[in-house]
Amino acid sequence: MAEGLRLRLRQRAPIPLDAEFSCAPGELLALVGPSGSGKSTLLRCIAGLNRAGEGLVACDGESWLDTARGVDLPPQRRSVGLVFQHYALFPHLTARQNVEVALGHLPPGGRAARARALLERVHLEGLESRRPGELSGGQQQRVALARALARDPRVLLLDEPFSAVDQVTRRKLHWELAQLRRAVSVPIVLVTHDLDEAAALADAMCILHRGETLQTAPPFELMARPRNPLVARLVDLRNVFEGEVSSHDAGRGITYLNWRSHALEARHQPQFAAGEKVCWVVPPASVILHRRDKPSHGERENPVAGAIGELVVLGETASVTMLVDGADCRLTFSVPAHVAKRNGLDRGGEIRVSLLAEAIHLMPWERLDGN
Amino acid sequence: MDWSSLTLSLKLAAWTVVLLLPMAVVLARVLAWRRFAGKGLLEALIALPLVLPPTVLGYYLLVSFGAGSALGGAFEALAGRPLVFTFEGLLAASILFNLPFAVQPVQRAFEGVPKDLREAAWVSGLSRWQTFRRIELPLAWPGVLSALVLTFAHTLGEFGVVLMVGGNIPGETRTIAIAIYDRVQAFDDAAAAAMSALLLAFSFAAIGLVHFLTRRVGSRHG
Repeated sequence: MAEGLRLRLRQRAPIPLDAEFSCAPGELLALVGPSGSGKSTLLRCIAGLNRAGEGLVACDGESWLDTARGVDLPPQRRSVGLVFQHYALFPHLTARQNVEVALGHLPPGGRAARARALLERVHLEGLESRRPGELSGGQQQRVALARALARDPRVLLLDEPFSAVDQVTRRKLHWELAQLRRAVSVPIVLVTHDLDEAAALADAMCILHRGETLQTAPPFELMARPRNPLVARLVDLRNVFEGEVSSHDAGRGITYLNWRSHALEARHQPQFAAGEKVCWVVPPASVILHRRDKPSHGERENPVAGAIGELVVLGETASVTMLVDGADCRLTFSVPAHVAKRNGLDRGGEIRVSLLAEAIHLMPWERLDGN
Repeated sequence: MDWSSLTLSLKLAAWTVVLLLPMAVVLARVLAWRRFAGKGLLEALIALPLVLPPTVLGYYLLVSFGAGSALGGAFEALAGRPLVFTFEGLLAASILFNLPFAVQPVQRAFEGVPKDLREAAWVSGLSRWQTFRRIELPLAWPGVLSALVLTFAHTLGEFGVVLMVGGNIPGETRTIAIAIYDRVQAFDDAAAAAMSALLLAFSFAAIGLVHFLTRRVGSRHG
């Protein structure tokens, strides 16, 4: 029996969908994409609130939707816990009653105690008799979570649950969700447009664009090895360039890459043939500034020179845009603000950086705008 | 003071509320959430009694309730008595001319219930009926209360339609509004004044009650 949640959906209208992913018990999968990419629609399809044109939604081997076999269970029979974006708490009921609504599977006598226990679990003891209007945003979110957990769901769905609370509350709720995950061993699908949130909370990220799931992978892998330039753009990787594979050296584990006037060494990626045009990406963290105050041996690795086009200090970090070969090629990286200051970095100044070969990731070629 | 006409009016208003309100709730919910062909036309028909002169509405009801009509004939065959100039006929007319007063407040109230609350109820395992009873109806309750009070008060005061369909039969179709007219015609100013004052006070109290209840329920939901 297949454990966890499996989804494969296709439709043309009203919103085009071409989505496929699975989420194991205890795994937290983040559905990430720009607004309008179909994240919430997919979540609603899992819950049975939307019906997709064709496809399959199955949980622990049980089909909830299987258009080929005419199966389409209503939301009531799907055993999902769903936290709505704006919580959708029942305004005329108290926090405890809101949770009790989802306890229909228990005998009436046991519901109140169970609801109290659930509210306690989300740290709302003492607020059971408040109505949603008398609770803060963070407290409402917790009631919504307690209600979602009340059915002992086999899948937990969270639709941008942190978007309507302030930064401090959000961090607290992130922490609580991370804790909750250890206690709940069901698949959790989190919809978010916040990449940092997804990277911090998720075991896997699924990148969605115009209803299509482009790539599903652990966050670090997705950030380092996007499947194509579109995914790179969607996960906000800026150092994406066009180049050409010149040769491979399997023995040394190196692929040689021609980029503008530079010959670069990259991690060995033999799936691209010598002479093939490619796109490539290097994460900002793998662009190493050659420091005047602290020269190092690493400076021989893929050295690139250029002028500073922009330098923006945001708190402790200075974000540097370096112009390579004039203005039309921009390489972005960050250094601690004090390093920027000590090295006298300023607009127009000449600098040198190294691109770490291990981090240079090749992707199928497509025409890029802007470089 | 014509007590029998007051009792008749109260009886008519009570029956109208009892029969019309459940229909209005069903109709209002459909109009609030469903989209279908002819919805605009249906809404216009329901609103018609608001703008139609009562005598015109009364005339058409009289024609369609008459013994020669299909409806009137069928009723007479079943009940053994005519529909026009009877309490039953008056009640049927009352239900029709009160449609906008009952449907519109409830429809507005249902429209004000966010869709995601219903979805949250379904996802929580509530059936459609449980969702209606435990979530939708309590949230739309101020609208239902408004409909109830408005329908009741409006029935007490309706004159034109009642006169056309029911005539002026004491104990059967002479409502308090008709009785007031009747007393004025008979130069019985004292009785007309007493009954008018009673209706005025009642109408005022009804409006006050609607405001009070809507605000109270509204704040409870806040």
